[in-house]
Amino acid sequence: MQTFLEQVNEKIDGVPIQRCYHCRKCTAGCPLAFAMEYNPNKIVKMIQMGRRNEVLNSATIWLCASCETCVTRCPNEVDIARMMDALRQMAIETGVAAKEKNILKFHESFLSNIKMFGRINEPTMMVQYKLKSGDLFSDMGMGIDMFLKGKLSLSSPKTKDLGAVKKIFEKTKQA
Amino acid sequence: MKVSYYPGCSLHGTAKEYDQSVRAVSRALGIELKEVDDWSCCGATSAHSTNFKLSIALPARNLIAAEKNALDVMVPCAACFNRFKTAEHHLKADKALKSEVEEIVGGKYHGGIAIRNPIDIIFKDIGLDTLEGKVTKPLAGLKPVSYYGCLLLRPPEICGFDDYENPVILDKILSTLGADTRPWSYKTDCCGGSLTISRTDIVSKMVSKIMSMAREAGANCVVTACPVCMANLDMRASDNVRLPVFYFTELVALALGLQGPDTWFKLHNVDPRPLMKSLALI
Repeated sequence: MQTFLEQVNEKIDGVPIQRCYHCRKCTAGCPLAFAMEYNPNKIVKMIQMGRRNEVLNSATIWLCASCETCVTRCPNEVDIARMMDALRQMAIETGVAAKEKNILKFHESFLSNIKMFGRINEPTMMVQYKLKSGDLFSDMGMGIDMFLKGKLSLSSPKTKDLGAVKKIFEKTKQA
Repeated sequence: MKVSYYPGCSLHGTAKEYDQSVRAVSRALGIELKEVDDWSCCGATSAHSTNFKLSIALPARNLIAAEKNALDVMVPCAACFNRFKTAEHHLKADKALKSEVEEIVGGKYHGGIAIRNPIDIIFKDIGLDTLEGKVTKPLAGLKPVSYYGCLLLRPPEICGFDDYENPVILDKILSTLGADTRPWSYKTDCCGGSLTISRTDIVSKMVSKIMSMAREAGANCVVTACPVCMANLDMRASDNVRLPVFYFTELVALALGLQGPDTWFKLHNVDPRPLMKSLALI
């Protein structure tokens, strides 16, 4: 059976993360580290130690904004941003509930909107998110202001060949 | 010159002033745009966060559609630009993935066209001398900081855009327009991206810091080329540190004396018109 480290490395499909010598440059440059319970370097260490549940249950993997500062500066070319993507995907695939529920709900709303129209229609995507998250009233004033400025149009053009877009979702669906 | 044009979803909605100003500036600089036929969303952060293959297949559909025009493709949105470049990188590096994605999308990917951002097209193909020759209203008194954000630059071996720690090409464009571009150290810091909806509290802290640093650098406005950065900087900063934020093409259009800036400025959250009036720029 594969260790957690081996599973993560297989999913990253690049430089193995054990090449990390824990200089913490990733963490020094991480703009989200202040909001994380385990900083990016700690996540690398925890993967090496096989602490699968704590990693997949962490808020960190959802808070990473994919700014790619970590991988850009890593002296060993460890792709920490891709690692965070891999960990989020592993959490989804193995049914681990996202610690940052609304971040995942946002991604789900966004993707379901693409499936519906081929392109993001911002107002309907926001309604989908609000219904999913139950966060009904935040940004209402801003939404109305944007609507009045004509920035939120319900009738923005859609992709005509919606079948092709739906097929992409169908064929990339994870088991 | 003639290029394919991929506006992306935001430019048809919350970033419509970016779309309109890109089109106006392109017309004025002799860049003919041919929109990619029946394009679809690039998948953005939500696709790559949750499903790797989907995050390659969605942009691949657009790249394959763009290749039909046999022209390089202009992608103004930094987020779409990054997803296109990332898909290109993986499709070229991984043959097995390429054939799988071609089967999913139902078309062949050849990789023969370049993915370009308008900053890079104006800087390299049009050139600063030509741009300077077309300026009719120099942006005197405007003190912008250039905010490049993440997705045009990182990772550098995929984006191939500019120096990834200290990019300068947008600074040079703004200075050519007559603005007093301020040096600062936050040009490549992250605004928090799509967390703006789900964790507004975190994004507010991030952009308030960026705005404070812009003020410390003596700036009176911030300039971006990304609809997500624009939304966050323009709407999420604390009241006491706000500054007007512009898409760089709005300022190019203004300096070139084109129609449009008045209408676009009305669409911003932080109204830039008092600043522009005080400088006699509108």
